[in-house]
Amino acid sequence: MHELAVTQSILDISLRHAKEAGAKQITAINLVIGEFASIVDDSVRFYWELFTVGTIAHGSQLNFERIPGEMTCTSCKFSFHPASADFSCPNCKSEFVQITKGDEFRVDSIDVE
Amino acid sequence: MTIRVPIVENILNANDRLAEENRARLESAGVFSINIMASPGAGKTSLIEQTLPRLKNKLRVAVVDGDIATSIDADRAAQAGAQAAIQVNTGGDCHLDAVMLRGALEQLDLAEFDLLIVENVGNLVCPASFKLGTHKSVLIASIPEGDDKPYKYPGMYRGVDALVVNKIDLLPYVPFKMDYFERGVEVLNPGVVTFPLSAKTGEGIDAWIDWLIKNVNGNS
Ligand SMILES: Nc1nc2c(ncn2[C@@H]2O[C@H](COP(=O)(O)OP(=O)(O)OP(=O)(O)O)[C@@H](O)[C@H]2O)c(=O)[nH]1
Ligand SMILES: [Mg+2]
Ligand SMILES: [Zn+2]
Repeated sequence: MHELAVTQSILDISLRHAKEAGAKQITAINLVIGEFASIVDDSVRFYWELFTVGTIAHGSQLNFERIPGEMTCTSCKFSFHPASADFSCPNCKSEFVQITKGDEFRVDSIDVE
Repeated sequence: MTIRVPIVENILNANDRLAEENRARLESAGVFSINIMASPGAGKTSLIEQTLPRLKNKLRVAVVDGDIATSIDADRAAQAGAQAAIQVNTGGDCHLDAVMLRGALEQLDLAEFDLLIVENVGNLVCPASFKLGTHKSVLIASIPEGDDKPYKYPGMYRGVDALVVNKIDLLPYVPFKMDYFERGVEVLNPGVVTFPLSAKTGEGIDAWIDWLIKNVNGNS
């Protein structure tokens, strides 16, 4: 729901780093987004097309690396995807589990010329 | 030739930095602040209405109300006795962000207040991502929403410092498995302080008020 603000931030970060690197053109943005970040890729792409007009990021490609959510059982160390509406460990049925992946939300790198 | 420039920067970094500035501004004025988040209709404004009269003559309270378009909630807060009630219209956005809170703080003489209550826009997803700079985040869950909400909105349940379970007066009328709900909460946010209450009847409110006053006085 907040893809507009997110897209603007991605562009700000990318342009700032491209400038620091003395780049003439940004060709790709490499994003790492965890499952819990609740961002719709297509909406970000849509805003990206609009926002990049007139910048050195125009025409660049947005690459989304999606990190699936992961829970890890603190009893038996088994890791699993929290797909069901029940957070217990599928291996040992323990209810002591923690979220270990899925929060990622960053610009990892940009490709420039 | 194409080269790869490593960045590794959190996408909402700019918001986070502004949130830190808001925090610094609140701290230097000695104001304790909370960010109340919940789905639409969970009872954010109702809890604020119950809270304000109970803090009368104890704490000086300002309320900032995030709303997509109207000033209904800020009007209710002013009516209930807030010394200041500021409406922030998000212009369609589904959450408050640090820029919006900064705009609201600029309208307040912060030295005049002990407590700032921020009512975020009714939404169980987006507000969790946008830090405001407040000291504590409070989530209100309400009984009619159903007992599966921790499982469906883990992001919101994980980030909060206190959980209010509102509308307990409706427990006899709606199916709500409290142990299923609590188990989800416990996984996502172990040991989070929880206040089951009714903003309608006032049941359970005292513990919430005690927690607020203790936090304002800095001995939580
Ligand atoms: N039965 C019952 N109803 C409640 C309780 N708390 C709030 N309500 C009712 O729930 C409805 C929504 O309450 P609000 O306080 O406006 O909810 P809100 O979270 O501020 O809503 P938005 O700001 O629109 O997202 C109102 O009709 C309230 O009277 C409660 O403890 N019990
Ligand atoms: Mg409200
Ligand atoms: Zn296990």
